[in-house]
Amino acid sequence: MQKQAIFQSKLLPYALVAPQLAIVLIFFYWPAAQAVIQSFLLQDAFGLSTSFVWFDNYLDLFSDAAYFEAIVRTFFFSFAIAVSSLSVALLLAIMADKPMRGGSLYRTLLIWPYAVAPPVVGVLWIFMLHPSLGVLSRYLREAGIDWNPLLDGNQAATLIILAAAWKQISYNFLFFLAGLASIPKSVFEAAAIDGARPMRRFWTVTFPLLSPTIFFLLVVNIVYAFFDTFGIIDTMTRGGPGTSTVTLVYKVYSDGLLGGNLGSSAAQSVILMVMVIVLTGIQFRFVERKVTY
Amino acid sequence: MALRYFGAAAAVALTVGMSASPAFAVTEIQWWHAMTGANNDVIVKLATDFNAAQTDYKVIPTYKGNYADTMNAGIAAFRAGNAPHIMQVFEVGTATMMAATGAVKPVYKLMAEAGEKFDPKAYLPAISGYYSTSKGEMLSFPFNSSSTVMWVNLDELKKVGVEIPKTWPETFAAAKKLHDNGHPTCGFSNSWVTWVNLEQLSAWHNVPLSSKANGLDGFDTKLEFNGPLQVKHLEKLVELQKDKTYDYAGRTNTGEGRFTSGECAIYLTSSAFFGNVKAQAKFNFTAAPMPYYPDVKGAPQNSIIGGASLWVMGGKSADEYKGIAKFMTFLSDTDRQIYIHKASGYLPITKAAYAKAKEEGFYKDQPYLETPLLELTNKEPTENSRGLRLGNMVQLRDVWSEEIEQALAGKKTAKQALDAAVERGNTMLRQFEKTAVK
Repeated sequence: MQKQAIFQSKLLPYALVAPQLAIVLIFFYWPAAQAVIQSFLLQDAFGLSTSFVWFDNYLDLFSDAAYFEAIVRTFFFSFAIAVSSLSVALLLAIMADKPMRGGSLYRTLLIWPYAVAPPVVGVLWIFMLHPSLGVLSRYLREAGIDWNPLLDGNQAATLIILAAAWKQISYNFLFFLAGLASIPKSVFEAAAIDGARPMRRFWTVTFPLLSPTIFFLLVVNIVYAFFDTFGIIDTMTRGGPGTSTVTLVYKVYSDGLLGGNLGSSAAQSVILMVMVIVLTGIQFRFVERKVTY
Repeated sequence: MALRYFGAAAAVALTVGMSASPAFAVTEIQWWHAMTGANNDVIVKLATDFNAAQTDYKVIPTYKGNYADTMNAGIAAFRAGNAPHIMQVFEVGTATMMAATGAVKPVYKLMAEAGEKFDPKAYLPAISGYYSTSKGEMLSFPFNSSSTVMWVNLDELKKVGVEIPKTWPETFAAAKKLHDNGHPTCGFSNSWVTWVNLEQLSAWHNVPLSSKANGLDGFDTKLEFNGPLQVKHLEKLVELQKDKTYDYAGRTNTGEGRFTSGECAIYLTSSAFFGNVKAQAKFNFTAAPMPYYPDVKGAPQNSIIGGASLWVMGGKSADEYKGIAKFMTFLSDTDRQIYIHKASGYLPITKAAYAKAKEEGFYKDQPYLETPLLELTNKEPTENSRGLRLGNMVQLRDVWSEEIEQALAGKKTAKQALDAAVERGNTMLRQFEKTAVK
């Protein structure tokens, strides 16, 4: 069977992809190009005075210790969020995979948090862990822990990681569940007959067979932690205390919109863009090639 | 069936649309603002009343999010060539707006060109000075103004047997007593940490926050708030934070519930907190003037304002400007100012309105509403207490807060934190100076 479609007119195929191309060009390439251009400019907030400064915005960034701190912090947050949400999701998925009564209800409930918008997640967690309003903080204080994320940077970071990881659990859970369902039962049965205990079966059978899913989710989670945690940070800590929760994306926002320094903000976006391109490249190279469905 | 409903809906929409479009050419004036709740109602009423009072112009108020959102929306709209006519900008955005020559229309010019009667001396100098050039030319129209006051839970103070403190040492002592007697998590606290503990503190003691009259005389201003007074004050807060005699409540006003819930019995924040206090506090309360250090000569000086003003955007037609000028005159009316004052708790902006409110005995039963006015007019403003005009102020405040948080967390000494805040702030001011229109 011939796979190639044959068009009578040479223009027709272009016309057919044109709407899609137009969307990509207008909504992705156009703003990206604008960001690149802006990153070479020094401009006031209103755009009244503009001067071309070559790479000054980038050089300023790379000579700024705070920027490197933000990079390190962002990577730390990403891995902490990815690892914690992946491990909890995997545990939940394995438990939900077992046949049980009310299993579908249980699974549905676990997927719910994914529908909650990041700023709402932030507000929800504030209600639980705000030093004076929070329900949980009262118990923490009674337990003798001086819980004050308004001043303790590590506690604030923990708070962000908890909230961000919690939101992502559902998404991971869904993929793990699908991944588990695709592992043939016969493999487990064979391992069981050979005398492998559940823990051993997990590490030698389930985990390796799930590894493509895990790798895919790892990349997705890191990208999520890079970008989508903005709403959580903005509602919960606004980068504080000190700069202990300022991530790269939050810095783009605070320098550009709060500080009116559009050039630096654009340069930071371009750097972020490069990082995401690299991450996506890794994903394509390793995941798509290794895994044959 | 569905189609018929659609048809009906479309017909209704059409007639509504037609009846809304007026027979005469009415000039529309877009007003972007950041007011919510009861204050939003005030804005809507002002626009409705103005529209009913004449037929040539129609003011259309639109809520655009919080102060920073509204300003960003306005800037983005200007870049896209669709700026609103009037934009409500918070006081810390003043330098940014002022630097945008060409993007804004100074109010004094607007009024002169439109031939509206306008006397800048009719406005309270402590308020209009913030939005005027050093020559006294009013750049933006003061709309909602407030100042820092000390909210006091009278019942709790009575319980521990202390008077309303007047000075900082008295405040610390009162807080200690409160802390030891039923308020273990908060002796006293404040919102807007930099506004209260750096900006107002400096003005109230007549020491500079920044050179060049706190930036009023030029963008080449340098921060100077790492002086002995500010360092001493922060050192005290750091010390008291250890056992929560003072307990930090965040950068903005999200901690204000701690006063109304009764947790903190002394709380420094904006006088505009009044609405919430009145609605939520189940105790006797008052607003006292900010405390001062008695060993500082001449203290207390006068406080500076917070709040927002109305900026008129550039590039509009002469007819539109005429309408805007008429609207500003309308807002300046004495009775209207009194209405705004009573309905929102914000301060009256004209001398006449203040005098009339006093005459009516408005402050007799609610003396705390006069407190911010008394603070603002306490003494003739000096160059340290006229106001602030620093570029990038929103982010500057974040940077200062970051450093103060480091000090309160014990990671830096008060002096180190303020030195760093000054240094980082100066870098940002130089950046702003570079981009500002010459």
